[in-house]
Amino acid sequence: MIFLGFLDNLIHGISLGSIYAIIALGYSMVYGIAKMLNFAHGDVIMVGAYISYYAVSSVTGCFGLHPALGLLLSVSICTLLGVTIEFLAYRPLRKAPSLAVLITAIGISYFLQNAAQLICGSSTKFFPYVEFFHNKLFTVGELSVSLTTIVTIAACIVIMIGLTLFTGKTKTGKAMRACAEDKGAAQLMGINVNKTISITFAIGSALAAIAGILFGCAYPSLSPTLGSMPGIKAFTAAVFGGIGSIPGALLGGILLGIIENLAKGYISTELSDAIVFAVLIIVLLVKPTGLLGKKIHEKV
Amino acid sequence: MADLKNFQKGKMVEFPSRSIVPERDVNKTPILECIHLGIDFGGLRAVDDFNLTIGQTEIAGLIGPNGAGKTTVFNMLTGVYPPTRGTIVVNGMPIVGKSTAQINRMGIGRTFQNIRLFGNLSVEDNVKIALHNSMHYSLFEAIFRLPRYWKEEKKAHERALELLSIFNMEHMAGWQAGSLPYGAQRRLEIVRALATEPKLILLDEPAAGMNPSETTDLMENIVKIRDDFQIAVLLIEHDMNLVMGICEGICVLNFGQVIAKGTAEQIQANPAVIEAYLGKQEAQ
Amino acid sequence: MKKLFKKKSTRTSFITYAVVVAVFLYLQIRNATGGLSSTMAGQLVPICAWSIMALSLNLTVGVLGELSLGHAGFMSIGAFTGAITAAVIRFQSGGAAGGALTLIASVAVGAVFAGIAGVLIGIPVLRLKGDYLAIVTLAFGEIIRALINVFYVGIDKNGLHISFLNTENLSLDAGGKLILNGASGISGIQKISTFFAGFVLIMLCLIVIFNFVNSRSGRAVMAIRDNRIAVDSIGIPATRYKLLAFVISATLAGMGGALFALGQNSIVASKFDFNTSILILVFVVLGSQGNMLGSIIAASVLTVLPELPFMRGFKDYRMLIYAIILILVMIFKNNPTLKRFMQKLFPFAELKKRFAKKAEGGGNDG
Repeated sequence: MIFLGFLDNLIHGISLGSIYAIIALGYSMVYGIAKMLNFAHGDVIMVGAYISYYAVSSVTGCFGLHPALGLLLSVSICTLLGVTIEFLAYRPLRKAPSLAVLITAIGISYFLQNAAQLICGSSTKFFPYVEFFHNKLFTVGELSVSLTTIVTIAACIVIMIGLTLFTGKTKTGKAMRACAEDKGAAQLMGINVNKTISITFAIGSALAAIAGILFGCAYPSLSPTLGSMPGIKAFTAAVFGGIGSIPGALLGGILLGIIENLAKGYISTELSDAIVFAVLIIVLLVKPTGLLGKKIHEKV
Repeated sequence: MADLKNFQKGKMVEFPSRSIVPERDVNKTPILECIHLGIDFGGLRAVDDFNLTIGQTEIAGLIGPNGAGKTTVFNMLTGVYPPTRGTIVVNGMPIVGKSTAQINRMGIGRTFQNIRLFGNLSVEDNVKIALHNSMHYSLFEAIFRLPRYWKEEKKAHERALELLSIFNMEHMAGWQAGSLPYGAQRRLEIVRALATEPKLILLDEPAAGMNPSETTDLMENIVKIRDDFQIAVLLIEHDMNLVMGICEGICVLNFGQVIAKGTAEQIQANPAVIEAYLGKQEAQ
Repeated sequence: MKKLFKKKSTRTSFITYAVVVAVFLYLQIRNATGGLSSTMAGQLVPICAWSIMALSLNLTVGVLGELSLGHAGFMSIGAFTGAITAAVIRFQSGGAAGGALTLIASVAVGAVFAGIAGVLIGIPVLRLKGDYLAIVTLAFGEIIRALINVFYVGIDKNGLHISFLNTENLSLDAGGKLILNGASGISGIQKISTFFAGFVLIMLCLIVIFNFVNSRSGRAVMAIRDNRIAVDSIGIPATRYKLLAFVISATLAGMGGALFALGQNSIVASKFDFNTSILILVFVVLGSQGNMLGSIIAASVLTVLPELPFMRGFKDYRMLIYAIILILVMIFKNNPTLKRFMQKLFPFAELKKRFAKKAEGGGNDG
């Protein structure tokens, strides 16, 4: 029985970790290429969740569309949002000190949260996708796993494989890797750096929208600040796995998800966030390059 | 000579060639000794078996084609990169494993190839910061502005102006360091390094970006600094007029290996150097 | 002495002192003659507290050049230890005392505890830099909040009882008093913070910061901000000075926290969260990084503004507008094209700068 409880926690941890991994990818790619911490990434998740809520929910004032259509709408609007943010706020600061860029990113994050608060109000909204998934349970022996969990993990695997192929095989993917190594050299090779960075933001934001829907399924009550915690945790996951690395994001995300769920199950619900942050601190101090990252020297 | 031999007694490794130590320093402990120094980056041997001895008041030059490993040697000497192999001895004390700051306090000052000034601060403050270790008032004395604060600050102000006067830069004391012309920034870096009272100063391409008349002034000033402060100078430079004009000993590096050592005449006549370097030398 | 005043740093500090003293006297007189509305009078202590928070963060952001996103954590430590100290003194003296001495003791305790936290957090954190440092300070801020949320403190005649579990675990005897009740925080605080105390603390902060910046330690810290590798090369132990600046910043924040707490009826840990850290950052950025008077002005204006009667409607939009301001200030300050455009639009600032530079250059000649 104890083992079963542990297994249950583990599976939920992997499921939560899969969401972190998808978000972490967005952080990791942007950090790898634009060398900036996109603090607003977590809030794009929130936007994604809200858009799919308004698209799919059958409550008055919402459109009651098919969930697949909601997903499509959410992904496209978030992609647009990500590219717009990059164009308006980050591109003018390409050569600015990192402190200025980080403060701007925090400003964007705040802007999105407060705009959502004003537009959507603070009344609790129940996420509609849950009804499509949640009632289905798969039972293996005494262990039961919900469809949401399976869909989440499957989505994560598909995205990982897709992105690995994309960055490895396609021309755009190779351009992204070149920009991550050396923007100046990439530019000399005829790569449009600005366009490449825009594409990176587009992909990251599209993933954030998907993560937003998956997160909504796992925690179905929406609020304007829903993205900030998973955002910071996913950044932790990205650093944990090694920033700039796709398998690193997967590994970091899943490990962090498991740690969080086990902490919740066996230590204290109130302190689980603190424990996740402690993991972040320890990782950054002991191995700032992460599990699968590589070390960068400053040239003297 | 006797001191030098005494000093060598306890060593495991053979003493490297001292071919470039000038006559007046031969009987003193060398200021710098590098013994079988080497560093690897990944699989690449950036510098290998680097041996160099510099006398107490010698002006030495480290030359070689781009990518030969000259700046890497400087970075090992100042503890920025820990060497993979070998020993560095400064004034009789081994420094491998010490931090950059500790090595500076043991007597090595340096400038940088890509200028590294405190760009937002004034010229005077740049020098005063380097005088940090010659001031001793505590945080408490600073916050309550006790007499020692005033006394030492006044002394530091005067000393900073005195040091700036080496290059006739006193009138620039209040200017922002980042807004200085390029040549003045290079000179300020030298002043800043001197303010830490080093026994050996490492100059990384001090004449880069200077016009011929500035370079001539710089040559005179380097010799003057050596004479006034009685310190040793090791410089990396591509300007052969400067190197051949003031360096008493020259070490040539190519692909991380020392290919020649000697006086300016010896280096100019060395076939290995000519082979590695000639095209470049003629161009200059 | 005349020569001294020509130095720009000295001039800036004395202008700042003068402005703070003048504004204090003006407000104090207005308040004494009943010229201030009760809302405004009630805002005087918070204004001072937030000014101190902005000043202390400015030391980290403007002088040290690192972004701390957990500054509310230090404020929180100062607030809770300060309020607990005041409650303990009140309990020991049988509920009577509550004057200036209690306030001084509470503020001192708050400062010391925040300073200790600054050392403990600073040692690991300052090994990092840039984005990683910022995110780790954020993590520490959240950990502090989570820990205070499960922290229980009570007092009886046997002394202080503390627990990380619940109130029962404190096992207070009949005459005991619960002080800090976990997530419900501390309530029934005696409001002993005064505007005068706030003014004194602001002046103390300014003296500490200005005299620090103009000392060998402060110059070393600014040098680290400008070029860390060069600082190593001139023999300065950089980590020690980074830590020094960080700890001073934390200590001052603890003072601010204690002052703030003792001007409130009750405090809860969730008040000092990430949003509060950002709010303090907004003060610093808006007042211009490294500019102390700017920090005070920004903190004061942004604290008072939402409380004014005609700004009631503004309250909902407050954070949204702050966010937009934050973004615009950053872009206009750091984008070369926009910067040039702004200089064309407002040529006076540039002229003034040039004049000041000339004057200063001349001053140091003599």
